[in-house]
Amino acid sequence: MALWVDILISAFLVIGGVFGIVGSFGLVKLQDQMQRLHAPTKATTLGVGGVLIASMLYFGLVQNSLSFHELLITLFLFLTAPITANFIAKAILAKSLKPEDLPDSGRPHGWSVYDDPPKTDAQDLDGGMPGIEDEGRGG
Amino acid sequence: MLKRLIPHPILSLVLLAVWLGLVNKITLGNVLLGSFLGLVVPAITAPYWPNQPKVGRPLVVVQYILIVIWDIIVANVQVAMIVLFKPNAKIQSKWVTIPLELTSPEAITVLAGTITLTPGTVTAALSADGGALLVHCLHTEDENAVRDGIKARYEGRLMEIFQ
Repeated sequence: MALWVDILISAFLVIGGVFGIVGSFGLVKLQDQMQRLHAPTKATTLGVGGVLIASMLYFGLVQNSLSFHELLITLFLFLTAPITANFIAKAILAKSLKPEDLPDSGRPHGWSVYDDPPKTDAQDLDGGMPGIEDEGRGG
Repeated sequence: MLKRLIPHPILSLVLLAVWLGLVNKITLGNVLLGSFLGLVVPAITAPYWPNQPKVGRPLVVVQYILIVIWDIIVANVQVAMIVLFKPNAKIQSKWVTIPLELTSPEAITVLAGTITLTPGTVTAALSADGGALLVHCLHTEDENAVRDGIKARYEGRLMEIFQ
């Protein structure tokens, strides 16, 4: 195996590791719940991304077999990371914050965590969305 | 008839591609099984997703993906610097309200996901009528600049793609 391939793969592994550890450090260091939420979204994007690129290069250049699994992992991460972050943020909104803490929505209706969706617009907006909101709050 | 059979053609193709990626080997059997999944899964889930989103302008889609990847890298470095070198007392976290011009639920979902993926901003909630997004910003001195940046950089392109 050529030396430059080694160096390239190691570089991506180190980059991924550094961003992973900075994300974890942020989780410890930051004070506010909402601030802490920023740390994991970071670790999943560049931290895991660096490791995945290194893995793709390793299988492509060293093992000579093209692997699609890394692309799929990237796809699944990019799909799931925002959803989990959004749900954690909603839990924080519902549990620790009040509508007064937040800026005005600038609309006739407030934020969905606290306010019901308008009855008439619900159909043409998206049938599923208001239902999910109701479920989350209905305890 | 064709619309009943294949309610979401793009979803069908994505399912086939994901299946081939999962098995990591392109053979006739895998293509057939993947096509079967691509036909059956959208048909079963169609009642939950009645309207087909309009997606146009493939070049803008590619441009959007490249811009988002670049922004993720740049913002990652910026946020790492904030976490490592800025004292907690100096971090000014702010809530930003982003009024939406987008109306399609799919486009709003993509915009919300993009905002969360670019580190430093997390989408927290949608207004009850779907007209504004609540975004939490880790550190900013000017929330209007954040709002205008998101609207110009992402929302404008999503308008072109989805409408």
